Amino acid sequence: MRIVVVGGGMGGTIFANNLARRVASELKSGKVGITMLSASDKHVYQPGWLYVALGRATPDELERDQESLLEPGIKFFVDPVTEFHLADRYVKTMGGKVHEYDLLVIATGSRPAPEDIPGMKENSINCYSAENALRFYERLDYFKGGRIVIAVGLPHKCPMIPLEVTFTLYDLLKERGLIDKTEFYYTYPIGRVHSLENVAKWAVGEFDRLGVKYETLFNIKEIDGLKGVVRSEEGSEIAYDLVVAVPPHRGQQVIEDNKLGQNGWIPTNRHTLHMEAEHGDRVIVLGDTTNLPISKAGSTTHFEAEVAAENVAAMIKIGRPVRSYDGKVFCFIEAGKDRATYAMFTYNQPPQPKAPNAPIHAFKMAYNKLYWATARGLL
Amino acid sequence: METRIVDARGSFCPGPLMELITNMKMAQVGEVLELLSTDKGSAMDVPEWVKKVGHEIVESHQDAEGVWHILVRKMK
Repeated sequence: MRIVVVGGGMGGTIFANNLARRVASELKSGKVGITMLSASDKHVYQPGWLYVALGRATPDELERDQESLLEPGIKFFVDPVTEFHLADRYVKTMGGKVHEYDLLVIATGSRPAPEDIPGMKENSINCYSAENALRFYERLDYFKGGRIVIAVGLPHKCPMIPLEVTFTLYDLLKERGLIDKTEFYYTYPIGRVHSLENVAKWAVGEFDRLGVKYETLFNIKEIDGLKGVVRSEEGSEIAYDLVVAVPPHRGQQVIEDNKLGQNGWIPTNRHTLHMEAEHGDRVIVLGDTTNLPISKAGSTTHFEAEVAAENVAAMIKIGRPVRSYDGKVFCFIEAGKDRATYAMFTYNQPPQPKAPNAPIHAFKMAYNKLYWATARGLL
Repeated sequence: METRIVDARGSFCPGPLMELITNMKMAQVGEVLELLSTDKGSAMDVPEWVKKVGHEIVESHQDAEGVWHILVRKMK
């Protein structure tokens, strides 16, 4: 069986490594081949960018050579796919190579698209890339007080970021003696301050305690840099001194160019993770690339990749899949003052987050290092 | 124009309303979106947002299996 994995991020890497260990003998004998095609020779731990934005990590700490993370036997090429030919079961790369497959795994992820909101790119900071996170930290040097507006676009990766960036930035400005000169103004697209009801209830209490103002049902429409205001689709307007943005995201351009899914999101079966389209029985979609109504987050793709790898190994060995993805997601929530909590949920089980505490924060900090075991498909 | 189905059953995060808003951004003016939700709160919070932003509720009902079907027309 020829398996081609498109994307060397979290989903593609966990899938390939997990599968390679399950079918080690078949891989060695040549009965199974795993080829990974990526746009980069680096693997980046993206959740670490929040810490870069706060001066608590540097980008190099979050990177490894992709090839060093892969199990022996996985063929790896830095040669991104430009064409998908699902009917004829092959992909073509930027380098002009053709890779035929029996099973295709698409895990190309998502990208921030601040350009979708007029004025966002020029007039705000965010922590959605290493470069942007560094710019975020640098910009704070020039912030001497005023109103900080947190502005949230949809859809976005890592749904805890709006709260995390608020609480952790609050702590940083307090340390710098600027909190009495600063007003936080948090906005959120729906009628509460977070999508998870229990998290929203807790966060409102924290906001009230800290004096963070908030406005809900606020979907950012534009940032007017000349007038220094943020406007919403719902008709309100807020003056700002600094905008911390959570940009709207899109899937990768190559997905849109090949008409695999609008805005780069591929229609995906919520349980089998197969593409819902003609010839989709030979295509598995993982992580942010899916159009599933669950968090675009590393843990989502992690759990999906494990299910997919186990199923593909079972198909090879016994001819049928053995697991169904249940929508499992696990997200840490940094709550400020070196405390954290987490939300874990499935399609059927709502989250019941506990009060934040120091041990969970310590575990999150440890997991930031342990992640490399996850990428190897071990944890 | 075909109705766009937004299947947000079992969605706790981002949740049905955020799924609807995301899909609304991808839809054409005049297009009708049918939100499927198992969150009982959707019957309240979706109409609240739709009214505030200026779209239109076409229909809203709960089926025998408890799934809410909320049809919204994009107006702008």
